[in-house]
Amino acid sequence: MLGLENKDTKFLLVVVALTLCTPIILQPFPEGSSLAQFNAGYPDLMQRFAIFGIFAIGFNILFGLTGYLSFGHAAFLGVGSYSTVWMFKLLSYNVLPGLVLAVITSGIFALFIGYISLRRSGIYFSILTLAFAQMSFNLAYSVLTPITNGETGLQVYTDDPQYLMGEGALTTTHVFGLAMNKSLIVPIGGWEFNFNVGYYFCAIIAILAFYLSLRIFRSPFGLMLRAVKSNQQRMNYTGLNSRPYTLAAFVISGMYAGLAGGLLASMDPLAGAERMQWTASGEVVIMTILGGAGTLMGPVLGAGFIKYFENIFSKINDNVLHGWFSFLPDGIEDFFINIVNPFFGEGWHLTLGLLFMCVVIFLPGGLMEGGQRILNLLKRKSKDTADDDSAHHPKQSPHVAE
Amino acid sequence: MSYSKPTRRGLLKTGAIAGAGLAMPTIFTASSAHAFTNEPTGGSVTLGFNVPQSGPYADEGADELRAYELAVEHLNGGGDGGMMPTFSSQVLDGTGILGKKVEYVTGDTQTKSDAARASARSMIEKDGAIMITGGSSSGVAIAVQGLCQEAGVIFMAGLTHSNDTTGKDKKANGFRHFFNGYMSGAALAPVLAARYGTDRTAYHLTADYTWGWTQEESIAAATEALGWSTVDKVRTPLAATDFSSYIAPVLNSGADVLVLNHYGGNMVNSLTNAVQFGLRDKQVNGKNFEIVVPLYSRLMARGAGENVKGILGSTNWHWSLQDEGSKAFVRSFGQKYGFPPSQAAHTVYCQTLLYADAVTRAGSFNPCAVGEALEGYEFDGLGNGPTLYRADDHQCFKDVLVVQGKENPENEFDLLEVVEVTPAAQVTYPADHPMFAGGNLGECNPGA
Amino acid sequence: MDALLLQILNGLDKGSAYALIALGLTLIFGTLGVVNFAHGALFMIGAFCAVTLQKILSLSSTTLDPTKTDFLGNPAKIETPYVESWFGPEIGAALIDWSVPLGILFAIPIMISIGFIMERGLIKHFYKRPHADQILVTFGLAIVLQEVIKHFYGANPIPTPAPDAFRGSFDFGSMLGFDPNVIIYPYWRLVYFFFSVLIIGGVFAFLQFTTFGMVVRAGMADRETVGLLGINIDKRFTIMFGIAAAVAGLAGVMYTPINSPNYHMGMDFLVLSFVVVVVGGMGSLPGAVLAGFMLGILESFASMNQIKAIFPGIDQIIIYLVAILILLTRPRGLMGRKGVMED
Repeated sequence: MLGLENKDTKFLLVVVALTLCTPIILQPFPEGSSLAQFNAGYPDLMQRFAIFGIFAIGFNILFGLTGYLSFGHAAFLGVGSYSTVWMFKLLSYNVLPGLVLAVITSGIFALFIGYISLRRSGIYFSILTLAFAQMSFNLAYSVLTPITNGETGLQVYTDDPQYLMGEGALTTTHVFGLAMNKSLIVPIGGWEFNFNVGYYFCAIIAILAFYLSLRIFRSPFGLMLRAVKSNQQRMNYTGLNSRPYTLAAFVISGMYAGLAGGLLASMDPLAGAERMQWTASGEVVIMTILGGAGTLMGPVLGAGFIKYFENIFSKINDNVLHGWFSFLPDGIEDFFINIVNPFFGEGWHLTLGLLFMCVVIFLPGGLMEGGQRILNLLKRKSKDTADDDSAHHPKQSPHVAE
Repeated sequence: MSYSKPTRRGLLKTGAIAGAGLAMPTIFTASSAHAFTNEPTGGSVTLGFNVPQSGPYADEGADELRAYELAVEHLNGGGDGGMMPTFSSQVLDGTGILGKKVEYVTGDTQTKSDAARASARSMIEKDGAIMITGGSSSGVAIAVQGLCQEAGVIFMAGLTHSNDTTGKDKKANGFRHFFNGYMSGAALAPVLAARYGTDRTAYHLTADYTWGWTQEESIAAATEALGWSTVDKVRTPLAATDFSSYIAPVLNSGADVLVLNHYGGNMVNSLTNAVQFGLRDKQVNGKNFEIVVPLYSRLMARGAGENVKGILGSTNWHWSLQDEGSKAFVRSFGQKYGFPPSQAAHTVYCQTLLYADAVTRAGSFNPCAVGEALEGYEFDGLGNGPTLYRADDHQCFKDVLVVQGKENPENEFDLLEVVEVTPAAQVTYPADHPMFAGGNLGECNPGA
Repeated sequence: MDALLLQILNGLDKGSAYALIALGLTLIFGTLGVVNFAHGALFMIGAFCAVTLQKILSLSSTTLDPTKTDFLGNPAKIETPYVESWFGPEIGAALIDWSVPLGILFAIPIMISIGFIMERGLIKHFYKRPHADQILVTFGLAIVLQEVIKHFYGANPIPTPAPDAFRGSFDFGSMLGFDPNVIIYPYWRLVYFFFSVLIIGGVFAFLQFTTFGMVVRAGMADRETVGLLGINIDKRFTIMFGIAAAVAGLAGVMYTPINSPNYHMGMDFLVLSFVVVVVGGMGSLPGAVLAGFMLGILESFASMNQIKAIFPGIDQIIIYLVAILILLTRPRGLMGRKGVMED
């Protein structure tokens, strides 16, 4: 089906099912229970899961396949966001022109940066991409303020031209009249599920992006890219010029990033310059490695993991902690709170750092390997003949220079 | 943002067509059960406190959070009531807001506009916050203010000093208690002229982003009106940590005053570097060289240590004020936490009380009703003297403090001394002042 | 002319900091082949060694003074540092005043032990792992170290002044015959510059003129062969890691009077120091030092008003722009060796 092998079709269907059911899966705890804090099924976060999933999938096409570690991918994310918001400012709140422009401009941007940076490899390549991204960020924050609105971030104002805005048109982002912020809230029992238009819009695009990356992974082009990773020199000796392939991969992954940036702006019409900072580039590197570079699902998992932390753990304050431990006697309650307090709320960075280290130390293949191990363990228990699933989760090989 | 939240009574019906609803979500959104976003229905109401908890402003965020917690405690009838007894409006009675217990959620802005909006959205979408407040930089405040306008909740700005917040980026759902760059200039300039004379030449070092620019513009205009000249305005990168290469040429430029339009970490470093270079021991044009820091933050000034001594600047509020409101707040805050509150803590405490008061007077949580109650509202007893929440731009007009780094501090909190309280009339400007032009409040948005 | 000279001076102390951090980074990279993203955090920890020593020295006994009141109206507390009551007020005050230079003695053992623990406990297990994993694990470690410091010291900068004797500045220009006030230079920055030259010289001499250094250099060039000769190169590399950590730490200690330290100062330097290392050429110690000073000086030039008038915002991007230009004209940076970190 769809030009995929049987196994891949099944895999894709599972991904589609999971994506569509996300609003239910992420809402495991009933409202009002003390664990509701850990629910993540609200529009903003679900949208972010899908969007950063796209970002990481795109990054993985470059890094996972070719081994080229770009430290400047956030620049494309930012360019995409700015393009989209500019389309809102000039045309209307319909997101489609913005997304198209986002993909195009980030593609051009990636072609330019890629053409120069790919003249070098290894860490020299990483630093070149980092330098371009940091230059973009620094300029966007200060000198380019007329285009980017600097520190505040590019926003739509009521006095913007918006030439295509008809009378009574929606004043929030939409696709042909279907507003992104519309939600259907379904309470079932103690639970409350939020089905949001914006999320499903992102989810559908994410599935398409995933499908495309699946095709790339399985195509001769993908094979060529893997060859670049395993031994570029040998490839060159056989008379093949690897540069066009790596450049194509770079531009494609830049366009993925631009698409993600455009979607971010479509869900929330503001483009902040920090989106281009090196920390943002670092974030997608971390997502990809954390999830499992070179695997198809890994980067998406990594993206979800980090965004979940950023949004859920940072909101657990003293008050919430007191709620959790209120069943304990006073003295012991305070004692427990003092112990866990540094890891929650304002300490969420600490927990995140510790988890990074644990994952990298104990699961060299990222979260995917963790899943794999658990799966194998279960399989071994049920039947001894464990399926070889390596087609989906290729064996981890060293990604960069060894 | 539009929500449909069918009542529990409609549960069975909803459950039956939930599957069908997935395919056609508009069915539900068409019939809205709520008058405005996140209308509180139970016995409690949720406020969203969105402050920096990581990054360079984490300490200010922590202080804001303390003040919020204190305000919630007081609103719910706990503690000694803080400024509630001194507040000119006496409608708050310690039973929460409109009889609903006040609860709160917190989030981390990371001092990034993106992260701040994500955090605010999660409060609105997940936790049902009816009001968002906080922030300790103008970029974040403006970004979140825009979000609250779209979402249909009230935004009570925390520490934001840029003219734009209530200038070209003003929004009907956003309100600012803190003062701004124009007010700093208007308050500082006369004191500068009195202390240093009217024939001074100033050199500006300015953080290269919107807040820095509006502040530079305001200070330069105010001082030039009094006879000063400006020899140069140099922009410094936000990421700069070492300002030596910007400060070294100052002495040779013919300037005899250095104005540091920096805040936070930038301010600490540029001031430290300027003193290191011995600028304050020099004589230029036959006059003592002087340094001015237009916006002081006591928390940050601590990082500059002895370098702040004798340096003039302005601030929104200081704990050493002796009016009843300030004394009550300092007592209440100090007894709970063991040290005096910062200006950031003060402004957010006021904002929380003002919001609660406006809701009570309006008799409704509807953002439009609350906005109406705040617009043109005059009050007193919150530490800044008689204050007006102007309807035209949602900016508070009140006295501004001109402060100076103290020569002989008595303790670690005693860093600044108030040298003048500039009356509100002197810092008031017309709503269509060119520095604030270009924006428009728009219509208040109740969401839903 | 005088303006250029002034900016060269300013570039020197900026460059000293870059060079010292880049030197340590290259030492670790060249010997162990590990990309250490926690190196900025080591610099930061060094700075907080100075802060800690200052805190320890000013630990005080408190007595209540009923004649004064604090902000709540309670009797004010009078704090007398223990060192002043033990050694007499004068020596005690001098000790506190000199806490930053004394911080060097305090920081060396701490930094070396941190280096050892890091290498033996964590980095050792990552020699065979891909560089991406090394980056991630050291980045995680950097975050953890940073948050731990934030937990204890808060997020705001902490003032750590230089000793009284080194405060203020001197008129360098008038010594050279320029007008007064044209070229002024703070004493402490001069101290910092000489200090970094001393450290850099020390590290080079150590590698060049000792047997230990010779073995390490041999190991850097060809680890396997050295191992085959029966030399325990691992142990020496551990020691080198400790030394690199100490270099970063000392750079941090001495930096504190220039800018008050805060918990994220390491991250501010991290990216820049990586750019410095790469511009210098991976694995080349002289390259790292050269690039450090060069970028520091260029950064100072770019902040001159005359240059900013021609290229607005040039000071925001100069380092990255230079990095790109150098990497495009010289494939392996200024003095990089072939084949290091290239595939």
